[in-house]
Amino acid sequence: MKDFGGKVLFLDRSDINTDEIIPAKYLTEISKEALKQHMLEDLKLEGFEPDAPAVRDARVIVTRSNFGCGSSREHAPWVFEVNDINVVIASSFARIFRQNMFNCGMLAIELSEADIDSLFGHAGGDASVSVDFKKNSLTISSEKGSRTLAYRISEFDKALVEAGGWVGFADAKY
Amino acid sequence: MGMTLSEKIFRSHLKDEPFPGTKVLDIDVVMCHEITTPIAVNDLVSRGKDRVFNPEKIKVVIDHVTPAKDTKTALQGKILRDWARRQGIKDFFDIGRNGVCHAIFPEKGFIRPGYTVIMGDSHTCTHGAFGAFAAGVGTTDLEVGILKGVCAFREPRTIRIDINGALPDGVYAKDVILRIIKELTVKGATDCVIEFHGDVVKNMSMESRMTLCNMAIEAGGTSGVCMPDEVTVDYLWPFISAEYKDKAAAVEDFRKWWSDDDCRYERRLSLDVTGMEPQVTYGFKPDEVKGVTEMAGTPVDQVYIGSCTNGRIEDLRVAAAYLKGRTISPLVRGVLSPATPKIFRQADDEGLIRIFMDAGFCVTNPTCGACLGMSNGVIAPGEVCASTTNRNFNGRMGKGGMVHLMSPAVAAVTAIEGKIADPRKYGKGGAV
Repeated sequence: MKDFGGKVLFLDRSDINTDEIIPAKYLTEISKEALKQHMLEDLKLEGFEPDAPAVRDARVIVTRSNFGCGSSREHAPWVFEVNDINVVIASSFARIFRQNMFNCGMLAIELSEADIDSLFGHAGGDASVSVDFKKNSLTISSEKGSRTLAYRISEFDKALVEAGGWVGFADAKY
Repeated sequence: MGMTLSEKIFRSHLKDEPFPGTKVLDIDVVMCHEITTPIAVNDLVSRGKDRVFNPEKIKVVIDHVTPAKDTKTALQGKILRDWARRQGIKDFFDIGRNGVCHAIFPEKGFIRPGYTVIMGDSHTCTHGAFGAFAAGVGTTDLEVGILKGVCAFREPRTIRIDINGALPDGVYAKDVILRIIKELTVKGATDCVIEFHGDVVKNMSMESRMTLCNMAIEAGGTSGVCMPDEVTVDYLWPFISAEYKDKAAAVEDFRKWWSDDDCRYERRLSLDVTGMEPQVTYGFKPDEVKGVTEMAGTPVDQVYIGSCTNGRIEDLRVAAAYLKGRTISPLVRGVLSPATPKIFRQADDEGLIRIFMDAGFCVTNPTCGACLGMSNGVIAPGEVCASTTNRNFNGRMGKGGMVHLMSPAVAAVTAIEGKIADPRKYGKGGAV
């Protein structure tokens, strides 16, 4: 299994699409590693700098609704993966992006809008998230304190994460 | 309780239900292009599993950057080409015979009612126009599809939209779907199939139905679907005539896929298109849509007509009707990409290509290029493109650029005037 947890990057916007996560002009790459420096390059978000240390050090993304909408490009989870971000927490995901995350053995965690609001309460300083994968819970910690939240994940998605992704799962079973 | 079309397809294709709520389906058609497939191929090779589940069910095209623009895109093409040859995939469409995937695959008769279709491309939902369950997937799902011929889904819920009334002159399928996306929002159909019903859909050509279904994903939908009927049979007849004694028999057979009257819908909407205006997007999301009157007068730098949404023969006919005998503004660059070689030839035979060229359009080969800012019409920072494509995301057609989505009719008159314009003032079909 991958490592889940670490410093949080807060992206306070809904409907962030995969073109913003990794622009199409980089889809001519045939290795995941080549995508690394272009993460979130076209993100439209006030004050966001893709090269800022807070972005480069992040291990977890916390964001709003419909994250990863638009293009099916798995380059979006991949660009997170090669930047050691294996967890995205949002109030909802676009279907293809969500499936792509689990297919890569990564975590796309859905929380209620109220829970997402409470996570955003930790924005502004250094915040980090740890994930207890077995217990389906996560803990956010910052100078403002810490809080543990339970999340729900389907049995299938959990099995994909444990199998390291869909190729391994499907190849063993079908 | 009856079933929806997609529930029937799920039932007939169910291979496994490894966990409650997860359905693994047998896939009838796995479609591949050079952007999302090479990494899957390379991964299969590195796993020592360089094989395909069935070469006849895999359809391959090079369409996003063609001709190759640099070494990287040439290499993507080469990986796909070498793989198709190695695996004995006969339906491989390379330069000279290639076109935009969601235009060329239906044209070749690869999609049938009741099929399951996947591709590493979000606009795969287009093929639901034939009454298929067609879903865009990522590269890993594609890879498993190639190797095993299966794909896992949560069973989608269905949103039914009844579209009735009389489509006004100058208003087309593109306007209808933009209006629907505005209503649903960009996430309103997530994990749902959108079923299009009503007299307007019944009277639409397959081309228009594909335009409708193509943009289901822009509302988050897994697939857009239309019930397969006489129009579907007419389109598919060259490919299915040996299987049925006559067209009526095919219509009757396809009827089995129709959603039952007593099926369960997640949500029902109705839209009366009578008096509807042409629709245009104004922001960076496809649900940011206004009537053309509000948008008229917005200056543009480029007009692009093409793509899997609106690059088909019907779209070219509509645009050409407005452009005939006119020239585009000297302040505008006009780019036309007919979506397939067949469409290109047909447009040439009908004199449309000459109309576009006389008007001042550049006509490119069939490719997806400009739609996603990869080639053949990328715009500069600060530039505005009026486009018949499907996405107006920030940077979509070029970093720092702005895209306004619209129908081919609005695009054509926008090219003439150099600013967003209303086709209705040009009379019926541009006749004035």
